[in-house]
Amino acid sequence: MMTANPAVRFESVNFSREEMHILRHVTGIFPKGRITTVVGPSGAGKTTLFKLCNGLESPDDGEIYIHDTSIHSYNPVELRRSVGIALQKATMVSGTVEKNLALPLQLQGKTLSHERAGELLDVAGLDASFLKRDVKDLSGGQQQKLSIARTLVNQPDILLLDEITSSLDSVSRQDIENLITSINRDYGTTIAWITHNLQQALTIGDYTWVMMDGEVMETGESSLLKEPQNERVKQFVEGEID
Amino acid sequence: MSYLTLSISLLFVIIPLVLSKTLNLGLEKDTTIAAIRSIVQLLAVGYVLQFVFDSENMVYILLMVVLMIAAATHNAQKKGVAIKGIIWKLIVTFTFVEVLTQGILLGLGITPPTAQYIIPISGMVVGNSMVLAILFLNRFTSEIETHQDKTELILSLGGTPKQAIHSQLIASIQASTIPTIESQKTIGLVQLPGMMSGQIIAGADPVQAVLFQLLVLFLLLTTAVLTSIMLGYLSYPTLFNQRMQLLK
Repeated sequence: MMTANPAVRFESVNFSREEMHILRHVTGIFPKGRITTVVGPSGAGKTTLFKLCNGLESPDDGEIYIHDTSIHSYNPVELRRSVGIALQKATMVSGTVEKNLALPLQLQGKTLSHERAGELLDVAGLDASFLKRDVKDLSGGQQQKLSIARTLVNQPDILLLDEITSSLDSVSRQDIENLITSINRDYGTTIAWITHNLQQALTIGDYTWVMMDGEVMETGESSLLKEPQNERVKQFVEGEID
Repeated sequence: MSYLTLSISLLFVIIPLVLSKTLNLGLEKDTTIAAIRSIVQLLAVGYVLQFVFDSENMVYILLMVVLMIAAATHNAQKKGVAIKGIIWKLIVTFTFVEVLTQGILLGLGITPPTAQYIIPISGMVVGNSMVLAILFLNRFTSEIETHQDKTELILSLGGTPKQAIHSQLIASIQASTIPTIESQKTIGLVQLPGMMSGQIIAGADPVQAVLFQLLVLFLLLTTAVLTSIMLGYLSYPTLFNQRMQLLK
C-alpha cells in the first residue's frame, strides 16, 4: 500500500441531491504529485466527487482537505484557481482559441500575452497558428486540448480531469495521455483522472480509486485493477458491470 | 359615447363568435369570457377613476398606484418562480420605476400633480414595466438553464457569480428591451399609438396629442431599460449561495 502525502483527503464525505444519495461515506486520498485514476460504472458519483474538490459543490457532511487545510477555509475563488477542473464536455466560450485561453486571466482583470498563449498551446500539443481560429472550427480532440491548456493558465497544483478522452479517437487519446503525463512529470502537478478505460488507468495512473453507487470500493496502487479483492470490483473489471 | 352605441359595438364580439362556431374553432367560451370580463373590469375602473378624479384626494391616487403595482407583481411573479424572493424584487423594481418617473414628471413640472395625469401615466409605466419584467424573467430563466455549463465553467476557473452569469444577464436585458426600442423606431409609420389615437378621437389637437405621446414613449424607454436592469441585478445573486455555487 502506498504511503503518500495527500494533496486531497476525503473523510466520510456524503452528498445527496433531491433526496438521492450520490456519495456515501467517501474516504480516501489523491496522493500529492501523482496521477490518480478514478474508475467505476456510470452513476458512481465520480464527477460529483471532482466538483466537490473544485468547490462547485459542497458535501452534506464529512470533510475534504486540500493540502491538509479544510476546503471550507479556502476562499472559493482561490480554491478554484488552485484546483483546476476539465470536464468531459469541453465547454467553450464563443470566439477564438486565444479568447478562451485568456479567459482565466480575464476573470482576474489581467491579460494573457500572445507569447504565453503560444507557449500554453504548445504544451497542449497545438500549434500557435490555432490562436486566431474560431473554437467552432476545432475538432473534439483539439477542444479537449484547449480545455486542458485553459485550465493550466491558472497554474493549478491539482488538476482534475473528467473523462476527457472518452469521445476521442486513439491518436487524440494518446496525445492527451502524453500531455497529462508530461504536465505531471514537468510541473509536479497532482492529477486525478476519471476514466472508463481500465487499460488507460493501468498505464497512466500511479494510484486508483474504484467507485460504485457513490461508495469507494477499493483504493490503492493501480495494479489493484489486475487483482481486485472486492467481488463487485472483480465483476466490474471483468466487464460484467457497466 | 353612450351605452346604446356600446351595445351596438357588441357586433364586433358577435362576428368572431359566429366565425368560431361556423369553423369549429372552439373559441366561443374564451371570447365570451374575455368580452364580459373587459366590460365589467373597464366599467368598474371607469367608475373608480371618476370617483378618484372627483375627490382629487392624494390618498386615493396612491391607493390606485399601489393596486397597479400589486396586480403587476401578481401577474409577473409566475414567470420568475425559480428566483428566490421574486415577489419582493418585482415590488421594489416597479415601485422604483414608478417613483423615479413620476418624480421627474412632477418634480420638473412636466405634468401637473392631478389624478387625471398621475393615474393614466402610472398605468402605462407600471403596465409596461410588468410586460418587460415578464419578458426578462422568461428569457433569463431559459438562459440560465441553457447555459448552465458555461456558468459552471467560469465558476470553475475562479470567476465570481457576477462574471459567471454576465453574458446570460446581458442577453436577457437586451432581448427584453429590444421590442420596446424597435417598436419606437416604426411608431407613426406602421401604427398610431393607442393613447394618441384616443386623444385625437376625443377631439384633442393632433400636434398636442403627438407631443404628449412622445413624452410617454420616452418614459417607456426608461421604464423598459430600468426594469430589466434592476430586476436582473436584484435576481442574479439569489442563483448562487455563499460558497459561490450555482443553486440547482
